[in-house]
Amino acid sequence: MKGFIIKEFHHIFRDVRTMIIIFGMPVVQILLFGFAITTEIKDAKIAVLDHSKDRATREITNKLVASGYFLLESDLQSYDEIEEYFRKGDINEVVIFESNFENKLKKNEQPSVQIIADASNPNTASLLTNYTIGILSDYQQQISGGKKQGVIAETKMLYNSELKGVFMFVPGVITILLMLVCAMMTSISIAREKELGTMEVLLVSPLKPVQIITGKVVPYVLLSFINAVTILLLGYFVFGVPVRGSLILLLLESILFIVLALSLGIFISTISKTQQVALMISLAGLMLPTILLSGFIFPVENMPVPLQWVSNLMPPRWFIIIIKTIMLKGVGLAYIWKETLILFGMTLIFLGLGIKNFKIRLE
Amino acid sequence: MKRENIIEVKDLTKKFGNFTANDKLTFSVRKGEVFGFLGANGAGKTTAIKILCGLSKPTSGDISVVGYDVYTQPEEIKKNIGYMSQKFSLYEDLTTAENFRFFGGIYGLKKAEIKQKTSFYLQQLDMENARDKIIQSVPLGWKQKLAFSIAVMHEPDIVFLDEPTSGVDPITRRQFWDMIYNTAREGITVFLTTHYMDEAEYCERVTILVDGRIEALDTPMALKKQFGGSSMEEVFVKLARKKLTVDG
Amino acid sequence: MRNISYIIQKEFIQLFRNHVMLRIIILMPVIQLFILAYAATFEIKKIRLVVVDQDHSVTSRDLTAHFQGSPFYKAGKHYDSYKIAENDIIHGSADQILIIPAGFEKDLNREGFSQVQVVTDAINGSAASLMSAYSLAIIRDFNERILLQEKNIQFGQPIKIQYSYWYNPRLDYINFMVPGILVLLVTLIGMFLSSMALVREKEIGTIEQINVSPIRKYQFIIGKLLPFWVVALADLAFGLILAKLAFNIPIVGSIGLIFLMAMVYLLVMQGIGLLLSTITNTQQQAMFLSWFILVVLILMSGLFTPIESMPHWAQVLTWFNPIAYFIETMRMIMLKGSGFMDVMKSFLILSTLSIFILSLAIWRYRKVV
Repeated sequence: MKGFIIKEFHHIFRDVRTMIIIFGMPVVQILLFGFAITTEIKDAKIAVLDHSKDRATREITNKLVASGYFLLESDLQSYDEIEEYFRKGDINEVVIFESNFENKLKKNEQPSVQIIADASNPNTASLLTNYTIGILSDYQQQISGGKKQGVIAETKMLYNSELKGVFMFVPGVITILLMLVCAMMTSISIAREKELGTMEVLLVSPLKPVQIITGKVVPYVLLSFINAVTILLLGYFVFGVPVRGSLILLLLESILFIVLALSLGIFISTISKTQQVALMISLAGLMLPTILLSGFIFPVENMPVPLQWVSNLMPPRWFIIIIKTIMLKGVGLAYIWKETLILFGMTLIFLGLGIKNFKIRLE
Repeated sequence: MKRENIIEVKDLTKKFGNFTANDKLTFSVRKGEVFGFLGANGAGKTTAIKILCGLSKPTSGDISVVGYDVYTQPEEIKKNIGYMSQKFSLYEDLTTAENFRFFGGIYGLKKAEIKQKTSFYLQQLDMENARDKIIQSVPLGWKQKLAFSIAVMHEPDIVFLDEPTSGVDPITRRQFWDMIYNTAREGITVFLTTHYMDEAEYCERVTILVDGRIEALDTPMALKKQFGGSSMEEVFVKLARKKLTVDG
Repeated sequence: MRNISYIIQKEFIQLFRNHVMLRIIILMPVIQLFILAYAATFEIKKIRLVVVDQDHSVTSRDLTAHFQGSPFYKAGKHYDSYKIAENDIIHGSADQILIIPAGFEKDLNREGFSQVQVVTDAINGSAASLMSAYSLAIIRDFNERILLQEKNIQFGQPIKIQYSYWYNPRLDYINFMVPGILVLLVTLIGMFLSSMALVREKEIGTIEQINVSPIRKYQFIIGKLLPFWVVALADLAFGLILAKLAFNIPIVGSIGLIFLMAMVYLLVMQGIGLLLSTITNTQQQAMFLSWFILVVLILMSGLFTPIESMPHWAQVLTWFNPIAYFIETMRMIMLKGSGFMDVMKSFLILSTLSIFILSLAIWRYRKVV
């Protein structure tokens, strides 16, 4: 049994390229997600079409630039230029001041500011507009003597006050990784033994089928565990993603998910004859749905209902909820027992199917 | 009758890092002969044949094939040789006729020529009903004969066959050798590697390769005489054993 | 030239005989468009809002109604205590809490202002910033429309602020995504399939048979790449038709320009695919490696998140990312009707990249090992 596990490790470590991918991919992904993938608005390029060019409009323009959200790309001379700049993709927003702005302001004639956003990217457009309006409102308050008026909203961000993207991605990448290594690698490596015919050799040996399968999966369990911990550490030390809840509960839930992923991998290997097929099933059936439908990147709530149903069938969906809740919301089993039960049920189903198919093959 | 040499090899050496796959091979092949490379797996047969075909660069040595230098004129060599690799080399998802058309096409044969050759070989092999069959569904022995026909359809000066008969049944092997002799009779030199000792008997001259070195080179008759064996198999075993005692 | 035609002919026969491949080529645009357009969305609509109304006044109910009237919000539950509302967020059954404190209406009438609190689940940072922006916009709108006009509560509004969204007035996220998805489509075919097709010849050994033939390596490579180039362009046409008919995505600019850009772009991606095939020996390795490279290139391409938001070093990296250029130009041409002069920079850069990468790949591709 021990020798068997060692043999598996040899297989894995000898394939350098696969090793690089298994260990390199999650690290690169976390670093990319953490540093580069952000929707935070900073230095968005805007243009100003100032028909007044007086003190007030200059003050507002300066306030916009000073906010850090905007970068003044150019001063437009005419309305016709707007389209040209948008079409070149040079700017995201134009702020237009009407003529005689300051005079009208002094006479209480309500001068107008027009904001035009390039909404080909709708989310950026609404954020930019919102920030611009916010800055304009500040200015209004400032000139009306600092008096507060109307309903004022105080906003509070729970769990992630700096709105960092990594908070979302650390749980997601861990999930994808456990899925990739446990389910995909296991299914491929078992399928390989089948394809090469070495499975027959193992089956006629005195080892029991359970031992063979255990021997095959143990290395992957260890690898994925090390990997998951690496990501947690990376998240904590590089990006400050905390583990607010119980670490032990987190690890226990991870083990449950690993077992689930392994049974899925074994199940896939029993229904695929070659590595190629195992790979295709894993990629199309596991990876893509995990990335798209699990709520890893894209919120499930915004998807059409049929896709939400499909998403409910995805084990990663529930695991992502579990780790997010434990890590970021810092609460315990009381809040996630339902999701845990679902994972448990799924594990039993796949394990049962896997064993059944395996037995049929033996008969 | 003295025939001119079509391949001249002097001190061919190929190293992969510390490992020497071919160690100072020196030999020549005469025009129109059936020349065999005999050796166990890993003796360096495939390495040598790949160098002669221009698929791999030698580490050192002077080598010319069909009068061209392998270092400077590999593309000229390729126009004048045919090759059938150890791995099966037809497209499994094309039909027989499509394989002929493709390989004829990349060797620059005219459309009419390709048509005529395809019919000719299919007729000769008595495989006309396989013309539009996908290669995948054709038995291995047939495939091997087709691959050989395709390797010589552009009438090269020399054809290289890398273990052409491995995994083929005895009857097909017999037929395959008939094809080899026919080809040689047409003036095409045949250079083949094999690890079947009995096949070595069919060659005009045989080179025995042990661990990357040439241990013997002569006609089968002369070799048997020189090493005192009744068959090539005995000769080979003697040579391999001698090697063992030297090493040990 | 005649040699090349034989290779092209062979590639097409193999392509059309391989039913799996054929199905991939035909179904991929359909599946990608339908799944990705709906699943890969950062669109925030129907925010699940929970209201903690401790004021129970007419104005507080008006404010709540104003939220629920917005297309961005979904009618949510009402609670009396914040603790219970927060529980919904922990359970993941709510996204945002609006807290209206007791005395809200009274303050507003007496002081002219009054405060509410909006609490947002910010685990998904980008969604949170949008949700927060929407809530502020609704409250602003409430101030102007309800308080000022209907209730006649007086407060100064020295400047009139108007805003408009060009090219996509209803802020449909799908308009933003579909051009990007079309880029992914041609990328997968151009890079993935063509590198696989090359490595396959290596794996089954037919490449040797080609390498001993007198065919020039550029002839072989052109013959190998051209079929997938054509297939990818055909798929782009198919995808554009689907986008127009099924998703009603505007195609404002010139279709010819879209194809011109795609032609150059595909050369770059095929060059990368070719380069990959020279350093891998099995289809599995090629698949892993191209998958890995694609993920990085796509994430850094601005497909989901704007490039301007990235840190400077990451922006510098996007200068070398062909996907970033093509996504940007596709959006510009399709949504804004940008012309050749507008996208010329991208065109020139993509052309340069294609020449560079293809030469590198052809140079790396060895007939001799």
